[in-house]
Amino acid sequence: MSDAERKPVRSIQTPMRLTYHYTAGIATSRFLHGIAEGRILGQRCPVCTKVYVPPRGSCPRCAVATEEEVHVSDRGTILTFAIVRVPSENLDVPLPFACVHVLLDGADVPFFSVVQGCPLDEVRIGMRVAAAWVEPDRLAPTLQSIRWFEPTGEPDVPFDQLREHL
Amino acid sequence: MSQQTQAADILSAPHVLEYPYRRSVGPVLSRFFTALRERKIVGVETSAGRVLCPPAEADPETGAAVSDRFVEVGPGGVIESWTFVAKPRDKQPLARPFAYALIRLDGADTALLHVVDADPARLRTGARVRPRWRAETVGEIGDIECFELETSR
Repeated sequence: MSDAERKPVRSIQTPMRLTYHYTAGIATSRFLHGIAEGRILGQRCPVCTKVYVPPRGSCPRCAVATEEEVHVSDRGTILTFAIVRVPSENLDVPLPFACVHVLLDGADVPFFSVVQGCPLDEVRIGMRVAAAWVEPDRLAPTLQSIRWFEPTGEPDVPFDQLREHL
Repeated sequence: MSQQTQAADILSAPHVLEYPYRRSVGPVLSRFFTALRERKIVGVETSAGRVLCPPAEADPETGAAVSDRFVEVGPGGVIESWTFVAKPRDKQPLARPFAYALIRLDGADTALLHVVDADPARLRTGARVRPRWRAETVGEIGDIECFELETSR
């Protein structure tokens, strides 16, 4: 009997695995086809005029369908962030890294991604960043086409201009 | 753009959400899982003298901490309640139809939830069952592959 077998059992594996088949729907499919062309598409609510990205085909505040398509920049401003120091499967980013909410220019809701390209203690609310896309021949209808966001070096956006999006 | 044109472009893909957890079991369940690895089933005595199996850190009736007296129970027991799964899904414990049952093991005062591999026509509350152990045990509840009716052999 090995030592491992004599030691008391202190933990058990309790994996959870949920197997879905995800259908993106009209709005998000158009968004993903745009990503495959290196463009970010949002939709504007006809009532409150907020631009949603990724678009879901409706405005959750106004409960109306969104149809007007708008191009959104691949540059934006960090709204909030968290430093990640534990590895995660399926996330091919060197540790540690910063998870961020980026308010893309032209959008009204934050876009989730990660930041690379600067020391983590420089990541801050208001910092300007731009999408780092994969090589053009590797663009595909998946968010993995945006590898991460990197600092642009532009001046920070003052907090007061971000307040309503937090 | 017509709705039909758009419909052809709708994307779909498999999506797997997986959490590869490892959970600490604490001092009481540690005794239970360590015993399973040795093909034994243990319960714990409450201060009132009842035997809980699976063991818990507190008496569910009073909330008081249990004693440090662990006792071997079973391996046989009695089905207290059961439900039959006619069409098992991928991740369920057996690929053929089976029952989930609450089993009160001999010497225990509470019931253990486990799997019974039996013809539904022969399943009944009060039936006696015994564990079928896996060839290799590692210290988890699946070391007991399932329970089977004592009269099936």
